[in-house]
Amino acid sequence: MAHVWRMIAQRLAFGLVTLFVVSIIIFGATELLPGDFAQAVLGQAATPEAVATIRRELGLDRPWAVRYFDWLFGVLQGDFGTSLAQRGRPVTDMILSRLGNTFFLAIYAAAMAVPLALTLGVLVALWRNSLFDRIANSTALSAISFPEFFVAYILIFVLAQSGYFPSMARMPAGADLGEKLYRAFLPALTLTLVVTAHMMRMTRAAIINLLASPYIEMARLKGMRPSRVIIRHALPNAIAPIANVVAINLAYLITGVVVVEVVFVYPGLGQLMVDSVSRRDIPVVQAIALIFAAAYVLLNLTADVISTLSNPRLMHRT
Amino acid sequence: MTNRPRTPGITRRGLMKSAGAIGAAGLILPASYRKAMAEPKRGGTFRIGFGHGNTTDSLNPALWDQAFVQVLGNTMHNYLTVIGPDGQLQPELAESWEASSDAATWTFKLREGVTFHNGKDVVAEDVIASLNHHRGEDSASAAAPIVEAITDIRADGDKVVVITLEAGDADFPFILSDYHLPILPAEDGRIDYTKGIGCGGYILESFEPGVDAHFTRNPDYWKSDHAHFDRVELYAILDSAARQNALITGEVDVIDRPDLNTIHMLERAGANIISVSGTQHYTFVMDSRVAPFSDNNVRMALKYGINRQQLVDTVLSGFGVVGNDHPIGRSNRFHADELEQREFDPDRARYHLQQAGMDSLSVDLSASDAAFSGAVDAAVLFSESAAQAGITVNPVREPSDGYWSNVWMVKPFTAVYWGGRPTEDWMFSTAYAAGAPWNDGFWEHDRFMELLRAARSELDEDLRREMYVEMQQIVRDEGSNIIPMFSNYVMATADNVMTPEQIGSNTTLDGVRATERWWFA
Repeated sequence: MAHVWRMIAQRLAFGLVTLFVVSIIIFGATELLPGDFAQAVLGQAATPEAVATIRRELGLDRPWAVRYFDWLFGVLQGDFGTSLAQRGRPVTDMILSRLGNTFFLAIYAAAMAVPLALTLGVLVALWRNSLFDRIANSTALSAISFPEFFVAYILIFVLAQSGYFPSMARMPAGADLGEKLYRAFLPALTLTLVVTAHMMRMTRAAIINLLASPYIEMARLKGMRPSRVIIRHALPNAIAPIANVVAINLAYLITGVVVVEVVFVYPGLGQLMVDSVSRRDIPVVQAIALIFAAAYVLLNLTADVISTLSNPRLMHRT
Repeated sequence: MTNRPRTPGITRRGLMKSAGAIGAAGLILPASYRKAMAEPKRGGTFRIGFGHGNTTDSLNPALWDQAFVQVLGNTMHNYLTVIGPDGQLQPELAESWEASSDAATWTFKLREGVTFHNGKDVVAEDVIASLNHHRGEDSASAAAPIVEAITDIRADGDKVVVITLEAGDADFPFILSDYHLPILPAEDGRIDYTKGIGCGGYILESFEPGVDAHFTRNPDYWKSDHAHFDRVELYAILDSAARQNALITGEVDVIDRPDLNTIHMLERAGANIISVSGTQHYTFVMDSRVAPFSDNNVRMALKYGINRQQLVDTVLSGFGVVGNDHPIGRSNRFHADELEQREFDPDRARYHLQQAGMDSLSVDLSASDAAFSGAVDAAVLFSESAAQAGITVNPVREPSDGYWSNVWMVKPFTAVYWGGRPTEDWMFSTAYAAGAPWNDGFWEHDRFMELLRAARSELDEDLRREMYVEMQQIVRDEGSNIIPMFSNYVMATADNVMTPEQIGSNTTLDGVRATERWWFA
């Protein structure tokens, strides 16, 4: 067990390095984009004087290295700075409610998608090459092959225009959990359809892969029922690849859902990130990029820890 | 009150109530007529879905740009003056005003008994601080150029403001209706916009930039026959399909900018389409300083080489009118109806090309959907019609991101969006006067400037009309803007949304005053 803790500590340390590198890359990339905040926010109405004034007020006329380290020292002290656009409004304040929304939707979608994908994966592995396998596969693959917005529009057409569910997933202030689940159902369902196929196919592949191993053959020869062979013997050894694919999909649910947010008018982090990039609001971009990077680091770490714990050979490695 | 919706002596509502059979008669009347006759009714939560709204929006009036924040401003604030549905200027916080004989000194008398949402009286000091927010050397306001002419603002008692301009401007009170110039409470000579306090019909409850804004009715609003809703909610719904779905499924009551290609489906779903022709126009601007555009014959060749009606029919799906290469809309006071409409004429285009000493012409036209929706398509159509006149127009798709800072006024030939301005002088001074910051054609014309200055301080209407007509002709025949089309303001409403008979055409959503002027059936 000790080496698991050591691994977690080590990976977290590496994670911090990753975040640092990400922050430099994002900052540099935003710098490379043409135009800056002053020009972007004034748009067509920009005059050289107004642009210069905004730059001076916000300190955007300083060299980029100075601005970067200024930001970095702030972050090291837990201060993510204030948004350029909402003067005086801390970035953390701006992001928190959005972060809550993003996590809510991600967890909601994951709570539907993960059990569904794993169950289907096990079932299609059990009845592989049957009609059920083919239908489940082709349905899941078609769902993933359509662009997200298309799936979303189809769902709106079928389920929202007929009045069963709202087409806008906005949350009225003080909505209770039931209301929230109801209003966010369509985006969550869209995301479920989009991520299920990947996880299901990986589960199926991992299990089928194992079914060729000698110990499974042994179990079968003993006369064990196929379902018991898969659930008792194959599945535990398939946990590592499944955990990995689940982690990747969860990370996607947190970081990559801007299209679904736009279609369902759901105020999540993705929309905030896109808006902030287009307006060059660097403190906000940086903070969100760090959250996204951290989501990947932590979820991958979790997947690795689960793989390690599920595999006695790795557990007892010295 | 001056701009109250017209109502007949006997209330139609009363009549309707008494006889159910009249309901059948109501069905025969055109929809607009039935609406106009209905009497405004208090109540309900009015929800608008906008095709604009960004997380970088703020309560700072100096940075307001698109419809979401314009409606936000007009919902919670009042202005000194307001443009009425008929395009005429009406008093708001300024009860009356008068100009000195040279139109350079203006005295505004403020209305008595108007209070801010925090209970404070609206006095001269507030007006001065609100206007000064945009003035000064280091102003970061998008409205700085329009208040530049103000040299001095002083109070004469609590209720009188005297504004001195550097030169006469007969249309100055129009400037004060600009959406950047709401009146906010002053604290030590400055305004603090972050508090969200105004004196408008609704009180700001919450504002999440790029998401929504919520308001409740201001119980002390001085206009008793305006602001009919109990609550107002504004939503940013950038995706046009999502916006239309929101209207169809009843999540919102009104949307602006419905997708024109699918508008018939919206109508089939029971929505009312409102289309108002105003000052909004799209241009292709040429940098008059550089060859080949420095030659007016080249500019004329291009003006004759564009098929305007085709652009209106396809790019605007018919929701617009053709332009005549000057920026004055048909609803403007001094629109030159007498000028002949310029048509697509490949032969004349060729003639002007020959006059310029050229056999053929090849130019790059930079366009992007950031300029206006459909700009790239418009550029392609332009290129096809110009080809018939022997002119090669290469449409260049530019990135939307950073279009206004890196393409517009940088590349020599670009597509541009203009909201237009309510007065001729304002429009010309903004984008056609020599040296103006937004003179995007870098165009200079001595006679034009002479007329611009003379017309600005002229108080005689007939003389002004004469001068503005001549200016429109100069811009049309010598200017560096191709103005092929004026685009309507298009909105869609649920069928229980009532509007006055006449809807403001100076900008979208009834002059961005829908929250104040509209009501529920």
